[in-house]
Amino acid sequence: MAAQSAQPKWTELAAGTAITVPGSARFNRTGDWRSVRPVWDHAKCIRCGVCVVYCPEGCIGWNAQGYPDADLEYCKGCGICVRECWTACIRQVEEEV
Amino acid sequence: MSGPIVAGKPVGMEVSIAIAEAAKLADVDIVAAYPITPQTHIVEHLAEIVADGDLDAEFIPVESEHSAMSVCCGTSAAGARTFTATSSQGLALMHEILFIASALRLPIVMAVANRALSGPINIWNDHSDVMANRDAGWVQVFAENGQESLDLTIWAFRLAEDKRVSLPVMVNFDGFMLSHVVEPVTLPDAETVRKFLPPFEPLQRLDVDAPRSLGPVGIPDIYTEAKKAQLQVLLDSYGPILETWGAFEKAFGRRYRPVETYRADDAEILMLTMGGLGETAMSVVDERRAKGEKVGLVRIRLWRPFPFDEFRKAVAKCKALAVLDRAISFGGPMGPVASEVKAALYADAHRPLIVEFVVGLGGRDVTFADFHRMWDETAAAARAGKAPAPRMVGLRE
Repeated sequence: MAAQSAQPKWTELAAGTAITVPGSARFNRTGDWRSVRPVWDHAKCIRCGVCVVYCPEGCIGWNAQGYPDADLEYCKGCGICVRECWTACIRQVEEEV
Repeated sequence: MSGPIVAGKPVGMEVSIAIAEAAKLADVDIVAAYPITPQTHIVEHLAEIVADGDLDAEFIPVESEHSAMSVCCGTSAAGARTFTATSSQGLALMHEILFIASALRLPIVMAVANRALSGPINIWNDHSDVMANRDAGWVQVFAENGQESLDLTIWAFRLAEDKRVSLPVMVNFDGFMLSHVVEPVTLPDAETVRKFLPPFEPLQRLDVDAPRSLGPVGIPDIYTEAKKAQLQVLLDSYGPILETWGAFEKAFGRRYRPVETYRADDAEILMLTMGGLGETAMSVVDERRAKGEKVGLVRIRLWRPFPFDEFRKAVAKCKALAVLDRAISFGGPMGPVASEVKAALYADAHRPLIVEFVVGLGGRDVTFADFHRMWDETAAAARAGKAPAPRMVGLRE
């Protein structure tokens, strides 16, 4: 709820609460639901991309070093990548409050 | 119905047919409906009009009223002038979609032939169907006779499609008591209606070239603001309602007001009705006036948004007000209209004594004798300075 003040006033909503900008769902930072986040052990990771394919949010991409990484603005910490990883290189780390 | 109908002079016509003719005159693009008594003749006649090629519209026969209102939402959102009609269980089945139509600001027009809700199964007239949908966010008006049913249906499109409003409008008229009665009705000519009702230009529409989403999720951060915006639009429709009724009067010569009174100016005892009972009540007012009694009638034409100021003004000088309800709020304060009226007056210094009656449930006749008894009881309550408990008129006990 930290972003509450950034939300529109009632007078600023489009008629019927319509969404008038196509593709604007990506502007909703939905990662703040997360209580755990995935961390990759690059020593074990074979860069197969299974985690990238299975991520239901489509939020796992490739970082500059060529390893998979989650975009934490959208990652919900669901753990599907952890479950699917062939080499068990992903572990869940508690988010600090 | 066969043969041409002459515009501009009164003809004997079933009120349901008159409403269908109103939708035709309004040049609707879409009718999506499911038949239910006593509304059926409206959509039956519209199906004929479309099949005969007399109206360039799509008639969409659906599998339920839930689907009917869902289709109406879709077609209205696509920018089509949309009409439907229903009654009772049909309106109840539409219930969840009614809220969506208003929240999405879709200017659908619906005629409701008011009928009792089951059970026991009852096809006859009362107002339990509309009262169960009182808070659905629609503009809601009541007609008292055939001409009003036709007029208000035509007007409803003008108001609904006004960009300041862009809300669905429900035209209530009594099932059977009006829907199946042949009354003298004057149809306006098509050209006058066309001038009064320009082509539909939606506030917004689903359009692949300018994509937008209607009906998204409203998370807790948005929902409160969304409801406030919706509420304010409905409240602010009051000005456009007066304005468009003014335009209607100019175009067609008949005048409508949110609250209409009959011989009420100097009345000490007033009665409040909604819908067709007002016609009987006026005759009874005349009988009692002839005997020198200062009685009069207040009719609520506009039920949502409730015309608080006009209502207060109408009852400001009376001693007692009899309120006739045609539905029950079970386990609550008996009649929904009476409880509304009481709430409207709570903060006022002058509050007339309010005597509550529930009448005409499930098609039970409300006779002249019933009206006289209600007026007698209200006068007695005024003399005693104390209102009796709400009473169900005609109850065998």
